[in-house]
Amino acid sequence: MQVTMTVNGTEVTEDIEPRTLLVHFLRDTLGLTGTHWGCDTSNCGVCVVWVDEQPVKSCTMLAAMAGGKAVRTVEDLERDGVLDSVQQGFMECHGLQCGYCTPGMMMTGRWLLDHNPDPTEQEIREAISGQICRCTGYSTIVRSIRWAATQGQGSPVTHTTETAGTPS
Amino acid sequence: MQVPAPFEYERAESVQHTLALLERLGDDARVVAGGHSLLPMMKLRLATPEYLVDINDLRGELGYVVVAEDMVRIGALARHADLLGDEALAAVFPIFRDAERLIADPVVRNWGTLGGSLCQADPSEDLTTVCDALDAECVITGSGGERVVPMAEFHQGPYETAVGDAELLTEVRFPVRPGGSSAYQKVKRRAGDWPVAASAVAVWLDGGTITDARVALTAVGVEGTVDVDEALVGRPPSEEAFAAAGALASAASDPVTDARGSADYKRHLAGELTVRALRTAVERALTSTPTSTP
Ligand SMILES: Cc1cc2nc3c(=O)[nH]c(=O)nc-3n(C[C@H](O)[C@H](O)[C@H](O)COP(=O)(O)OP(=O)(O)OC[C@H]3O[C@@H](n4cnc5c(N)ncnc54)[C@H](O)[C@@H]3O)c2cc1C
Ligand code: FES
Ligand code: FES
Repeated sequence: MQVTMTVNGTEVTEDIEPRTLLVHFLRDTLGLTGTHWGCDTSNCGVCVVWVDEQPVKSCTMLAAMAGGKAVRTVEDLERDGVLDSVQQGFMECHGLQCGYCTPGMMMTGRWLLDHNPDPTEQEIREAISGQICRCTGYSTIVRSIRWAATQGQGSPVTHTTETAGTPS
Repeated sequence: MQVPAPFEYERAESVQHTLALLERLGDDARVVAGGHSLLPMMKLRLATPEYLVDINDLRGELGYVVVAEDMVRIGALARHADLLGDEALAAVFPIFRDAERLIADPVVRNWGTLGGSLCQADPSEDLTTVCDALDAECVITGSGGERVVPMAEFHQGPYETAVGDAELLTEVRFPVRPGGSSAYQKVKRRAGDWPVAASAVAVWLDGGTITDARVALTAVGVEGTVDVDEALVGRPPSEEAFAAAGALASAASDPVTDARGSADYKRHLAGELTVRALRTAVERALTSTPTSTP
C-alpha cells in the first residue's frame, strides 16, 4: 500500500507493507535512525516519536496508522545547527551514558516542557515513567530536563518545511 | 524482530463506513483503535486478522466525554489521557482519575481507548472494573441499529465480549445517582506495569447511612461485582463495616499465583484495597468535594 505522511515537516510518500511498524518505517525506509528500537514490547520507550503532537511508542503503531499525520522525530530537535535546550541539558547534566534511551527521553522531555514549562522533579519522573534507562539511574535525565526548563523555550522556531530535517 | 503477520489495511471514515467494511470483510477483520493491546498481540502472532480496520478517524464521532446531571456518556474512542484530564468527569466519578493515573504510562495513555480496553477483555484490565462498579451499560452498534448491554452481560469470559463480528462498541453510559462517590485502589510492581490486584468501589449514602455499595475487583479471578451488601447497606460507615466488606471481597477472590505475586498475597490485596477504596469513596461522598488520591 502507499502511505503519505509529514515527517519533520517534509511530506513523504512510500510503498509499504501494511504490517510495517512506524519505528521500522522511520529507521529502515526513511533512514532516520535517530529513533531507536529496543524492547519491541511497548515497555522501554526508546522508540518514542510524536504523531500529530502526541508522543507514541512507534513500535506500537503501524506506519499506515500515521498516514496523513505529522510525525516528529529526534532529528527535528536541532534546527540550523542550534540544539534544542533539552539536548543541551543532556550535555550539561550528563543525561546519557550509552545513549540508547536518549532519543525517546528527549522527545518526551520536549513534549513535557511544551505543555508544562516549569515541571517539578516529580512531574518529570512521571512523564518519563514509561521509558527505561539502564545506565543513568534517571537522576541525570531528570536534571537535564530541569536544566532545559530553566532555559525557557527550547524549540527555536515552529515548523516550516524549509528548515525541517529532510529524510534521506 | 517482532512484526505482525501480513494483513490488509483499511481506514474507516465513520461508524457507518466501519460497519459496512466489517460486513463486507467478514470474521477475518478486526478493528484497531489505540492498537496498544491488539498490535502487541499481532506482533506475537497471538492475533492474526486478515483485515485491519483503523477507526482512529472516528475520533470526531466517538471521542467525547459528556457529563450530564443524570448520565455520563463516553465515546468508545475517548483515550486514557482524555479520561484522566477531564475535570467534569473527575468531579462526578473520581474513580476514573484514580484508575487512569495508574494505567500503563503517560505515553501509552495518549493512545489506548476506553472501547479498546473493554473489548480487549483482559482480566487484568482496569477500566472494566471501573465500569462494573459504576453499573455501566455498553452501546453496541450494528447495521441494524443500537443495542444496550449491561456490563454484567458484556464480558463473556477472558478476551470474549458481547460485540459481534460486524458490530462496534460505540458508547459507554454511566447512571449518575445523588449522594454517591467512588474510588479505585491498585497495587502494581513498578511504574507502567499492569495491576497485581485492584479494587473499584462506588458507594451511596443518605443521612449518614450507606444505602448502596458496589465493589469490583481486578486481576483476582472475579468477574462482575462482589456482593458486599450484608457488611455495608443500612449501616453507618465505620472501620468495622469496611473491614467486613474487605473480608467478603477477599473471600470472593480466586487469584492465581504468577510472576506478579502469590495467590495469598493477591487475596490479601483484594481485601485491603477494598477497605482503602471504601474509606476514600465514603469520605468523598460525605464531603462531596471529590479529590483524587495519589
Ligand atoms: C506497556 C503497556 C502497559 C499497559 N498497562 C495497562 C494497565 O496497567 N492497565 C490497563 O487496564 N491496561 C493497560 N494496558 C492496555 C492499554 O490500556 C490499552 O490501550 C487498552 O487495553 C486497549 O485499548 P486500545 O484502544 O489500544 O485497543 P486496541 O489494541 O486497538 O484494541 C483491543 C481490542 O479491542 C477491539 N476493539 C477496539 N475498539 C473497539 C470498538 N470500539 N468496538 C469493538 N471492538 C473494538 C480490537 O479489535 C481489539 O480486539 C497497557 C498497554 C501497554 C502497551
Ligand atoms: S521498542 Fe518501542 S517501547 Fe521498546
Ligand atoms: S543512557 Fe544507556 S540506557 Fe539510558
